Amino acid sequence: MTVIKASFKLNYGDFKLEVDLTLPCTGISVLFGHSGSGKTTLLRCIAGLEQAPQGYLEINGSVWQDSEQQIFLPTYKRPLGYVFQEANLFSHLTVLANLQYGLKRVKNNLGLIKLNQTIELLGIGHLLTRMPNNLSGGERQRVAIARALALNPEILLMDEPLASLDFKRKQEILPYLIKLHQQLDIPIIYVTHSQQEVAQLADTLVILEDGNILASGPLSETQSRHDLPLAQDREAATVWQVTIAEHESEYHLTRVEFEGGSLSIAKVDAKIGTDLRVQIYARDVSITLAEPHATSILNVLPAVISHLSEGQENQALVKLQLGQQLLLAHISRKSLLLLGLQIGMSVFAQIKGTSILT
Amino acid sequence: MLSSADLDTLLLTFKVAGIATTIMLLVGTPLAWWLSRTHSVWKGPINAIVALPLVLPPTVLGFYLLVLMGPSGVIGQVTNWLGLGTLPFTFYGLVVGSVLYSMPFVVQPLQAAFAMIGKQSLEAAATLRASPLDSFFSVVLPLAKPGFITAAILGFTHTVGEFGVVLMIGGNIPNKTRVVSVQIYNHVEALEYNDAHWLAGCLLLFSFTVLLVLYTLFKSPPLAQPFK
Repeated sequence: MTVIKASFKLNYGDFKLEVDLTLPCTGISVLFGHSGSGKTTLLRCIAGLEQAPQGYLEINGSVWQDSEQQIFLPTYKRPLGYVFQEANLFSHLTVLANLQYGLKRVKNNLGLIKLNQTIELLGIGHLLTRMPNNLSGGERQRVAIARALALNPEILLMDEPLASLDFKRKQEILPYLIKLHQQLDIPIIYVTHSQQEVAQLADTLVILEDGNILASGPLSETQSRHDLPLAQDREAATVWQVTIAEHESEYHLTRVEFEGGSLSIAKVDAKIGTDLRVQIYARDVSITLAEPHATSILNVLPAVISHLSEGQENQALVKLQLGQQLLLAHISRKSLLLLGLQIGMSVFAQIKGTSILT
Repeated sequence: MLSSADLDTLLLTFKVAGIATTIMLLVGTPLAWWLSRTHSVWKGPINAIVALPLVLPPTVLGFYLLVLMGPSGVIGQVTNWLGLGTLPFTFYGLVVGSVLYSMPFVVQPLQAAFAMIGKQSLEAAATLRASPLDSFFSVVLPLAKPGFITAAILGFTHTVGEFGVVLMIGGNIPNKTRVVSVQIYNHVEALEYNDAHWLAGCLLLFSFTVLLVLYTLFKSPPLAQPFK
C-alpha cells in the first residue's frame, strides 16, 4: 500500500514543529488544530513552501525531501495542487487564463480534458471570461480549487479553504468539496480548525497541538479517543458511515444501515444504496440498562461499554462499541454512579438525534 | 521659432534621457527587486546610496563625478585603461551622470510596486509549476506594470530636466553635451528671451502631454500612487 511519510523538525524562535506522520494515499486526511498548532506550517513543509532544516517527505514512493541526503525538491517541481486560504488568484489574468497558467507549464497532454472536467465539477463555466476582482469570495475559491486540480496533481493540499468565507459561502462550497472527495482518486491533505469540516470531510484525522501531533488515525477512532480533549468537548461527536436501506415515506424517515445495525433518520432525498455520513453528538446519547419498551426515542441500540472516564464538573464520558462502530455518550457523573456502569457491561444506547452530513 | 541649434539640443536631450532611462530600468529592476525582498544588513546602506541624489545638491554629485571620472579619478583610470578615454565632457559621461542622478526616481516606484505584490502570488505561481524566473516574468512584471510606467516617466522627465550635474560634468559643448536646460540658460544669459520661451514652452507642452495621456488612459494613474 502506498503511503505518505512526512517528518519535519523546525524551529522559528517561539514556535517549534516536530512531527513524524504516516498518512494513507487515499481519501481526505484532515490536519486539525487551533491557530498556532502548526497545521499550516506542516502543510507548507509538505508543499516545499517552507524548508524544514530536518525533514523527510515521501509521497507515493517518490522522495520530495530528505535532509540527510541533501534532497529538497523546490515547490515548482513537485506534482501537487495547492489551495490557499485566500484564493490567491492572479489579478491580472482572467479566470480562464488563471486556470491555464499551470496547465501551460506541465507536460501532460491530458490537460484539456482534465480542465473541462474540473470546470464542470466546480460549476465555474459561466465565469471564464471574468476577472478575479469581479468574483464573489466563494466563486474565487472555486476557481482556485479548479486551478489546482486542472494540473492533474498527484496530491491536493488545501489550507483552510473555507476559513475566509462567511457561513453562506461555506455552505456554497462544501458540496463541491464533498463531490471532490467522492470523485477524485488522489489523496487530499486538508487543514482546518472547524469541527464541522472535520466531520464532513475527514477520512483520516490528525490532531496537532503546539507543533506536535496529538493523535492520528481513522476519523471515528481518533474522534472517540477518550484521552484527547476532543472527546470532552461540548461538540464531541462520532461520525458514522452508513448506507440508505429503506425510505419510510409516511413518517418522513429513512432507515440507514451500518455494520452491525440500523438507524432511523430524517428523510434523505437519495436512492437506496447511497452512502451517507451521519454525525451523532455525545450530548444526544443516553444510556439505559434494560431495553426500554415505552420510549419516544426511535434509535435504541445494544452496545458494550469500552471505556469510562469522569470529565469536567458534573460530566462523565462513556465510550460504547456497537459492532464495528464507536459511539461517545456524555452523561452526568451522578447517572454513572446510580446505574453502576462498568467497562464491559452490555447496555442500550438511546440516540436522541442525528445530523446528516452528506 | 526653434533654431536648428535649439532643435539639436532637444534631440540630444531626448537621446540622453532615452538611453539613461533604458539603463536605469535594466539596472533598477533587479536592484529594486532585491531591495523589496531582502532582509540583508546591506539593505539600509544600499537604499541610502540609491536615495542620496534625492537630497544631495546636484552640483555636489556633479563635482564628485567630475573628480572620479577625471584622469586621476578611480573611474577615469579604469576607463583610460580600457582605452575609452575619460568620461567628463562627453555624451556618455552625461549618460552616466544622469543614470546616477535619476536612479532613485526609477528604483523607488519599482520597489513600492514589488513590495505590494507580496509573496502570496509568487507562492501560488510556484505551486502551479512556475520557476522563480518564470514567475518573475509571468506574474511580477505584469502586476508591477503601473510601477514600471511611473518609474520610466519619472526617470525620463527627471533626466530631461537636469541642470546642475550636466553643467559640472558635461559643460556646454554643442551637439555633444549641450542639453535643453543648459540651452535655456544660455538664451537667458544672452537676453534672448524669445528663444528661451520657445524651448521652455516645448518642455512644458511635453510634460503636460505625458501627464494628460497617463491620466486619460489609466483609471488610477500610476503617478497617483504614493511611492515610499
